[in-house]
Amino acid sequence: MPFRPDPTFYPSPRMAMDAPRERFAYVAAPDANAVLGRPNPLRDGLATVDLDPRSPTYSQIIALAEVPNFGDELHHSGWNACSAALCPYAPHPHVERRYLMLPALRSSRIYIFDTKLDPRRPKLVRTIEADEIASRTGYSRPHTLHCGPDGIYVSALGNPAGEGPGGIFMLDCESFDVLGRWEIDRGPQYLHYDFWWHLGHDTLISSEWGTPKMIEDGVVPELLLGKKYGHRLHVWDLRRRKHVQALDIGDEHQMALELRPAHDPTKAWGFMGVVISVADLSASVWLWYREGERWAIKKVITIPAEPASADQLPPLLKGFGAVPPLVTDINLSLDDKYLYVSCWGTGELRQYDVSNPHEPKHVGSVHIGGIARRTPHPRSGGPLTGAPQMVEVSRDGKRIYFTSGLYTTWDEQFYPDGLKGWMVKVDVKEGGGIALDPDFYVDFGPRRAHQVRLEGGDASSDSFCYP
Amino acid sequence: MTSAWPWITLALLGAYHGLSPGMGWLFAVALGLQEKSGKAVLRALLPIAIGHAASVGLAVGLLAAGKASIPTGILPWITGGVLVAFGIFKLVRPRHPRWVGMRVNARDLVVWSFLMATAHGAGLMLLPVFVLGEDNPAPCHGPSCHDAAGISLSSPSGYLAAISLHTLAMLAVSALVALVVYYKVGLAMLRRAWFDLDRVWAGALILAGVLGLLL
Repeated sequence: MPFRPDPTFYPSPRMAMDAPRERFAYVAAPDANAVLGRPNPLRDGLATVDLDPRSPTYSQIIALAEVPNFGDELHHSGWNACSAALCPYAPHPHVERRYLMLPALRSSRIYIFDTKLDPRRPKLVRTIEADEIASRTGYSRPHTLHCGPDGIYVSALGNPAGEGPGGIFMLDCESFDVLGRWEIDRGPQYLHYDFWWHLGHDTLISSEWGTPKMIEDGVVPELLLGKKYGHRLHVWDLRRRKHVQALDIGDEHQMALELRPAHDPTKAWGFMGVVISVADLSASVWLWYREGERWAIKKVITIPAEPASADQLPPLLKGFGAVPPLVTDINLSLDDKYLYVSCWGTGELRQYDVSNPHEPKHVGSVHIGGIARRTPHPRSGGPLTGAPQMVEVSRDGKRIYFTSGLYTTWDEQFYPDGLKGWMVKVDVKEGGGIALDPDFYVDFGPRRAHQVRLEGGDASSDSFCYP
Repeated sequence: MTSAWPWITLALLGAYHGLSPGMGWLFAVALGLQEKSGKAVLRALLPIAIGHAASVGLAVGLLAAGKASIPTGILPWITGGVLVAFGIFKLVRPRHPRWVGMRVNARDLVVWSFLMATAHGAGLMLLPVFVLGEDNPAPCHGPSCHDAAGISLSSPSGYLAAISLHTLAMLAVSALVALVVYYKVGLAMLRRAWFDLDRVWAGALILAGVLGLLL
């Protein structure tokens, strides 16, 4: 344990923006064949991508740490400790941002990689088995993980039988003991997806996707058209672990997914991405905000579907004559100024100026991949399958990295002729606007590419107690 | 022997506790930043000092109860042993009370400070002073001395005076640090100057225990 605080911990988001430039990305690289029961299955891996432009291996995968099992579906990852360790009410800044925790969405294991021994080659040091999580929490399908001031918080989509409710459980940030369920009173909450918090307001926010059974074999069209997927945002008392308020955005909006609260802990607002409206196939981004003693929510961004001919569309969409944008990820720069929105259907990454969060301005776009467009990258050697999906913003806000894959069974539905695993980068122009870096294209070969984590933290891995 | 050393030691330990970010000044700064107000920094400090005093008072109360029921020669060994054991425990397992919240009122701050001081053994650290220095009355000068000069560290009024002195020193130093950080230095110093006080603290506990046994 170091004698001084981990140098990658920052009291405030502003200070984190002055951090040194990232040298590596750690990217979850799941294999589809193992999940789909196809020949030539591979083990999932954690890929290290070189992000140092002075390095001879820049923009290449320089290591791939495989996990020992098949069909895990590595999906997201998170650090055991981060800037929240500086919070004043539970200060313990001498822990280290050392272990990258990788929940496996299908097998429910959590793999723990040590990145300190050799940052280029993370080493698997521990596996928390699904049984341990199930017996201590009643949950399974761990999805998203955040290092909090008092431990690691992990979201889970449901119970071991694949039903609800989904929720949050806790891990110790040093021993990795599974500490138990987080919720004391969940109120009406049943479906679960993402969660994050406003540390300055003792408030946790959670969103809704579906139970494991509703999502594991792909989108179920009857459930989608029957408006059965999640469409609420839940507000919780972070201190008392109690449900406070449910904000319903209307059931024509299906799959209320990614949550990006303002990084400044004094601000009480944030954005939620919603995948699809069954009314017109549009996607949307919603703003939640404090209104007196209560919280309110409103739609601030609508992205319409794009017309397309039936022969460009997968069976699921043929009857509609349009490609839905499918907003599957969003990310907010550390200065709370720019919001990045992935349109995984149409193949577009959008940049919005959210200086006034109530009125986002669309200020930049790049196109790549997409169900109908298949826009190539200069280095992809032809049309591309897949589209902007998991998006990560560098600490200084100048570089955006994103990958192509969503979730194996969903990838197959929307890209039935196969989905290429790739990662690209865009550069942010001063004052707004984005441009694809023509030289940065990482080919994941037979594997897919999901969430990106940057060495030393990024715009979605830390939270702060000081403005 | 009559001297001022136990009183000076109690005040210095108070200053040391006041320096520790985990004992409260950092929380006060955070609340000030949250409300964008230097007054909020000051408002937080008194409840934090009260919680600290309550924790120290608990330890001193236990000592007083021990004195009443345990033979005189054994007590220093018990307090010394407890201190060394607790210090080693803090070295091996530097855990903190789990407290999740920034929206706190004065009562919450008292409770939080009490928990933090107790979990760190703030009161325990003072016990050797009470054991070794019990025959030393509070030093004083001037015409009003006649009453105060009789205060012994083993009397109830002596306990109260000692806890007050320790707490005042703690409050003064934490207020000074909090205001300097809030108005002048800024939070960047947390990254540079926050060396692992928990290990220093554990060492201080062990040292206090050993001194208590040796002297």
